[in-house]
Amino acid sequence: MVAKVPPVAAAAATDPDDPAMMLRRLTLTTMLLAITGNAFAGVLPEDRADILYHLYDGGGVEIDGPSILVRKKVGKSVSVVGNYYVDMVSSASIDVVTTASPYTEERTQWSLGMDYLRGNTTMRVNYVSSEESDYDAETVSFSVSQDMFGDLTTLTLGYALGDDLVRRSDDPTFERNLDKQTYSIGLTQILTKNLISTLNFETVTDEGFLNNPYRSVRYADLGSALGYSFEPELYPNTRTSNALGLRARYFLAYRAAIEGEYRFFTDTWGIEGHTAALMYIQPWGDFVFSGKFRYHTQTGADFYSDLFSRSEATNFRARDKELSSLQSYTFKLKASYEFLNDDGNDWGFIKKGKVTASIDLLHVDYDDFSDLRALAPIGTEPLYQLDADVFQVFVSFWY
Amino acid sequence: MNKRLTGRILLVLLVLTGISACGPIEPWVKPYERDKLADPIMALDDDAVSTSYIQHVYEAREGARGGEGAAGGGCGCN
Repeated sequence: MVAKVPPVAAAAATDPDDPAMMLRRLTLTTMLLAITGNAFAGVLPEDRADILYHLYDGGGVEIDGPSILVRKKVGKSVSVVGNYYVDMVSSASIDVVTTASPYTEERTQWSLGMDYLRGNTTMRVNYVSSEESDYDAETVSFSVSQDMFGDLTTLTLGYALGDDLVRRSDDPTFERNLDKQTYSIGLTQILTKNLISTLNFETVTDEGFLNNPYRSVRYADLGSALGYSFEPELYPNTRTSNALGLRARYFLAYRAAIEGEYRFFTDTWGIEGHTAALMYIQPWGDFVFSGKFRYHTQTGADFYSDLFSRSEATNFRARDKELSSLQSYTFKLKASYEFLNDDGNDWGFIKKGKVTASIDLLHVDYDDFSDLRALAPIGTEPLYQLDADVFQVFVSFWY
Repeated sequence: MNKRLTGRILLVLLVLTGISACGPIEPWVKPYERDKLADPIMALDDDAVSTSYIQHVYEAREGARGGEGAAGGGCGCN
């Protein structure tokens, strides 16, 4: 079977000091690539629908809901895609237990996108809208992919603009804006007849209200019975991050695959992160099984502290555990079963069907975030650890 | 248009002109040798609906973001 390998989505990059100039460069470069490319035709994504149920359960937080993704070609050169996603949140996290009250809420997200294929160039536009009681987000994204060198190489340039509105559920007058811009560049490369790799670089710039309006920082307070008190956190108004990710998948001799992944992350808040993952994929009849281990380590933000020396001790202050120095470990198991295939079926227009289930076991060790539920003397509290299970079950149809 | 930008555009043009002048690069993996790469188990993003969800989980639980390919839009991490 002679087959074209579908172009793989990729990601990001630029001069964060001058986004407008970078955008012009991206556009120009993309146009030039489109003009000079060889005459090999690209491919549109397959017509496919997915109905997914997700459940996150850990650290006193339970989040579940559906995600429905439908993609359909329109004519020979256009493919449209839509997604509807819901998070139903029930939270009694350590932050909530120690400084606030448990709550429930719902976040609804939907998106619409279109791929346009011309020769070996694919242009994509996408719009995403997310709404919850105290946070609205809108994102428009645009990307261009170019297949080159006999379809061995796919270059993708992307840009996204996000416009968020942050509110407080206990203060109807509170409204803050947050603007996000994402620049991405990705290169997917077939290296050998058994090996494919992808390199992605992504720069994200945020400007606006970046802290959580409910979260507090802890500071030493001799006047308090516990020896400490809380005050609202305060973040800088800007953040720029750069991430470089490399992934490679190798086809083993006996129809199985192995994948390695590494990402380096750095940002202007002083966080530096390394993420590595290894995955093994093994088909067996109509089943496909896979196992994955992922490790992430990061330093803490410059303005993070588990316990500040006094009130308003620094210009910026945070006690968000995700900004602490931490190590995260995930072990994933996934199984899928193809219950319907092209070999003669009477499901009408449906050509193929697959059901998939997965579980991610997540463990996080925080190096600088105390578990205040222990009510131990100040400075002797144990460090917090998070264990969470992430379940996914979904049915996919090709038509 | 400043000199820096002009210089970079010229560089891109030179590179692309060079690529075009060399003629089509001969693919070192021929189309008929790509049957293994076309196997579904070699798809780097075989289940987009699942990938975007788990990336969202990681972004909410860790301080790093991006660099892993395409992902979703609004965060709603409030």
